[in-house]
Amino acid sequence: MRALFWRDIMLALRAGGGFGLGLAFFLIVVTLVPLALGPNPELLSRVAAGILWLGALLACLLSLDRIFALDWEDGTLELLATSPVPLEGLVGIKALAHWITTGVPLVCVAPVLGGLLNLPASGYLWLVAGLFVGTPALSMIGAFGAALTVGLKRGSLLLSLLVLPLYVPTLIFGAEVARRGAAGLDVQTPLLLLTGITLGTLACLPFAAAAVLRVNLR
Amino acid sequence: MLEARDLSVSRGGVPVLTGVSFKLTTQTAMILRGPNGSGKTTLLRTLAGLQPASSGDVIVEPDTLAYAAHSDGIKATLTVTENLTFWAQTFGHDDIGAALTAFDLLALRDRAASALSAGQKRRLGLARMVVTRRPVWLLDEPTVSLDTRAVATFAHAVRAHLARGGAVLIATHIDLGFEGETLDLAPLKARPGELLGFDEAFS
Repeated sequence: MRALFWRDIMLALRAGGGFGLGLAFFLIVVTLVPLALGPNPELLSRVAAGILWLGALLACLLSLDRIFALDWEDGTLELLATSPVPLEGLVGIKALAHWITTGVPLVCVAPVLGGLLNLPASGYLWLVAGLFVGTPALSMIGAFGAALTVGLKRGSLLLSLLVLPLYVPTLIFGAEVARRGAAGLDVQTPLLLLTGITLGTLACLPFAAAAVLRVNLR
Repeated sequence: MLEARDLSVSRGGVPVLTGVSFKLTTQTAMILRGPNGSGKTTLLRTLAGLQPASSGDVIVEPDTLAYAAHSDGIKATLTVTENLTFWAQTFGHDDIGAALTAFDLLALRDRAASALSAGQKRRLGLARMVVTRRPVWLLDEPTVSLDTRAVATFAHAVRAHLARGGAVLIATHIDLGFEGETLDLAPLKARPGELLGFDEAFS
């Protein structure tokens, strides 16, 4: 499993691996927002938290179909299914590798972009904390969606349609953590709920995704 | 080492083969023969556990099968060594020297897999079987895109595997030049009857 993890990281970093794609997308989306809304600092600081979360979510979505599709196309997935690695572990490892190559960079650049959107100073800590706790759920739910659509021709649009509604709870509580943080309010409740959602998905979805992969591999 | 008892297999809900029974013992090679579409791949996938049999039993010790499909599972951006090492580690060790030697890949060791020819890729895919260190090999048309010399290399590797106490089940159309039992699938073809509980994912 460790071999699989390092291979996934290495593949993401090599040419055509798509590392940085989500990050660049995130940067562009967030940069476009002030251009679209006009240079109104008050308005921007009010929407900053929501925009940053929405941008992170869309950036995450962009690289989801790579989680299983590439391994499916070259036959690796089939061979891995006959190897000693349990499919549940495979799903977990792939979601983890996706989070490290997509989610973690997003968390790291979010404060910089917060400045671009005039996020109030009190909001930075909770924005980053919320993203840090919430993005693993985005990767895990995404891995489940990718398992569902693996093997479908041009399944990435379907994948987006399936996964986006499942992202709603994370988006609501994640943006709420950032909004309350920015307004200087108590963030405990939404942060706990966000953590709960992440832990719940991490506990259940590897099994669901593995079951789906078994059906898709038949 | 591997036994099938009255096995029926289906593909996409359509029965393909019925009443397949054989016993693969240690140090034997069994050749699967049959025209295109006769169910060689489906049978091998069922034996490998990738799809359920519609009836009958596959009797095999756990963790003894290694399966090689039509596609080799090679990552184009990784080198030959990295590809093989990944598979070796997946199977719990990291010794790839024997596999590189057996398939004549030492000179290509540090080349990216994207720069390999089709035959060289195939050799890399077959070298994976050596690093699995599993006794029973299930090979699905292993000699596709191999030249005569590479076929000889492959036959040699299979013989070495048999000598180590392994067993091989090979679906192939060509004569590989080693003695073994032949299982002809043509007479076992299932009658194209009604669809049996079609529950495949749409694809």
